[in-house]
Amino acid sequence: MLSLFKRFKDGLTRSTRNLLDRTGRLFGLKKLDAASIEDLEEALHGADFGVETADAIITEIRTAYRKNPDMGGKQAAEIGAAVLRDLLRTAEASLAPAATSPTVVCLVGINGSGKTTTAAKLAHLLRAAGHRPLLAACDTFRAAAIDQLRTWAERLDFELVAGQHGADAAAVAFDAWQAARKRGHDFLLVDTAGRLHTKTNLMAELGKIRRVLAKNDPAAPHYSLLVVDASLGTNSVDQARVFHQQFGLDGIIVTKLDGTSRGGALVAIHRELGLPIHFVGLGEQAEDLQPFSADAFVAALFGLEREEIPA
Amino acid sequence: MFESLTERLGTALRNLRGVGRLTEENMADALKEVRTALLSADVHFKVAREFVERVRLSCEGQEVLKSVTPGQQVVKIINDELVSLLGEGTTELAQARPLKILLVGLHGSGKTTTTAKLGRLLAKRGKKPLLVACDIYRPAAIDQLEFLGRQENLPVHADRSSRDVPAIGRAGIAAAKEAGCDAILFDTAGRLQIDTDLIEEVKRLRREVQPDEVLLVADGALGQEAVNVAKAFNEAVQLTGLVLTKLDGDARGGAALSMKAITGCPIKFVGTGEKTDDFDVFHPDRMASRILGMGDVVSLVERAQESIDQHEAEKMAQKMRKADFNFEDFLAQMRHIKKLGSMESIIGMLPGMSGLKVGDEAEDKLKQTEAIIQSMTRQERLNPNILNGSRRQRIAHGSGTRVSDVNQLLKQFGQMRKMMKKMRGGGMRKMMRAMGGGGGGGMVPPGMRG
Repeated sequence: MLSLFKRFKDGLTRSTRNLLDRTGRLFGLKKLDAASIEDLEEALHGADFGVETADAIITEIRTAYRKNPDMGGKQAAEIGAAVLRDLLRTAEASLAPAATSPTVVCLVGINGSGKTTTAAKLAHLLRAAGHRPLLAACDTFRAAAIDQLRTWAERLDFELVAGQHGADAAAVAFDAWQAARKRGHDFLLVDTAGRLHTKTNLMAELGKIRRVLAKNDPAAPHYSLLVVDASLGTNSVDQARVFHQQFGLDGIIVTKLDGTSRGGALVAIHRELGLPIHFVGLGEQAEDLQPFSADAFVAALFGLEREEIPA
Repeated sequence: MFESLTERLGTALRNLRGVGRLTEENMADALKEVRTALLSADVHFKVAREFVERVRLSCEGQEVLKSVTPGQQVVKIINDELVSLLGEGTTELAQARPLKILLVGLHGSGKTTTTAKLGRLLAKRGKKPLLVACDIYRPAAIDQLEFLGRQENLPVHADRSSRDVPAIGRAGIAAAKEAGCDAILFDTAGRLQIDTDLIEEVKRLRREVQPDEVLLVADGALGQEAVNVAKAFNEAVQLTGLVLTKLDGDARGGAALSMKAITGCPIKFVGTGEKTDDFDVFHPDRMASRILGMGDVVSLVERAQESIDQHEAEKMAQKMRKADFNFEDFLAQMRHIKKLGSMESIIGMLPGMSGLKVGDEAEDKLKQTEAIIQSMTRQERLNPNILNGSRRQRIAHGSGTRVSDVNQLLKQFGQMRKMMKKMRGGGMRKMMRAMGGGGGGGMVPPGMRG
């Protein structure tokens, strides 16, 4: 548990350094003033939390400041952290195995969000936890997407079921489920083609994958996870909303959180839709996909030293 | 859903209606709304602040305060300011021969796809492009570029055994020379702007190939971070322009404004779809409307033109003029409209409607109408007059509707035909023209009224 927290924090270091660079000075101040609060406001807006959340935090800080003009930066950080922690109270989630094997995990999202890479990393994570995942390369649309997943599968030594480029993605998913069942895999990870949420036809195609999987197991897919790029802004909320409406999501995976963006959009998505954040991608290596920890995220974001969790 | 700026301003200015003009105080409220609208559209905090300041000065200069409709006046000023800011600089590419273009950007921004799209565009303009695969990291990135190259009939230079990116670039130039190509496009690996090793690599590639254009490929939905990304790439490889991708989504694209304002690099192209010809030169006015949530009528009209065959539309207009419009034509019309996208996405492009929710009801109604028509025999579709009671019952049964639904559709259809007859003397032609296009593409079947 301890090491998990450390890895999460290390991965986030780069992304949070930036917020801290700007606010570290502020949070370190013995006494705040009007100018530093203005700076703080800028940093908060820069984190992509969304206007509502950023405004909520800054309003609380201002209120506290009015009551106590001697307030220090540390207190401001604590107020911000408290607001976020409260928002993210129910944001953590895990992938519990389903009653019937294989547990089917469907990865969906817009183009370039990182679904294929996440599929490989998730397989790696599941294997480390003692599972036997099978990869299903159902992105039959993008040129070379199948090769991309196959390269990962070979590199990490995973089994893969793939169709031909241009094949029916739902049919590949169906076959993959059958294969998983026959070969005794307890997890099936379905990588789908990227699609913008505004494309009606492509969204309908996703529905087909769901229906076809349900023919094998009425409860499948057990987890439909939206893969979201942390560097995107407010539109990621719209993406999540539409995918949720049309496909029914169980959670979110936030990728590329190792960049300098603070991934604040995950706060906005959770706030708007109440979907949990299952995992975050913290780097390019296979082991860089980690379960989301709200406490670690908030603490790292506001530069608060966090008491170690007892193992 | 975002409210459009117009609505936000409307709320902020509502109290002013009685007074009829703005005071400086109220103006401050209105500008706060502008700021919030910009932030919600992912415009960077600082850029938004400076922009609002510019708008404020502009408003003072133009005596908006005395205007009868100050709200609209303010929106117009903002729009004009946005267009001028977004549109500075040229979208033209350098004139060099061979023209060397380096494409850089974050992971998943769409560099490889953009390379192929830009190659296709240049080929259409009479150039002979060669694509060079410089992404040696992402699994199958070379395969993807080769696949796209084959699809577009463009040569691709790749070296799967080499790990030396500048050398690949150099070899690419030699290959282009040999093949007689006069445009060379370098597709590079996605990299974080803070990844020093990879940034060093692309700098070395830049020094080696001496590109005439260095384009940053960026996702149109980027958040506040867009500014740091653009700034860092600009410092590292001296950008000459920006390419915004995935603009077929519904992102407001405020990042475009931030990146433009911070780097001063013109936005040259936009990617608007999955097909290789979904690529366009940048139009600042459209982007401005988009950021402000003012609808995008131009895009809608263009989309309509794209998906409607001119010839077919002519034929349809003929039929309408003669009022021999039958259910076969009706079905064809419905399908044209469906091609434009969902009702919601169409309505989202109309000014002032971007926040409007279209219930599933309207979509369902449309589906129902289609089902009814499809349950008719061809003979019935061509000649609806033969639809007697038992035929109607069969159709209702076949389409899973009630006879009353079928009757209602027939009644609407009859009214439509009657209207067409009335319009027969030139009125129709005028009406069609007003709808934008010489064809029947703009006609809305009654089923769409929900």
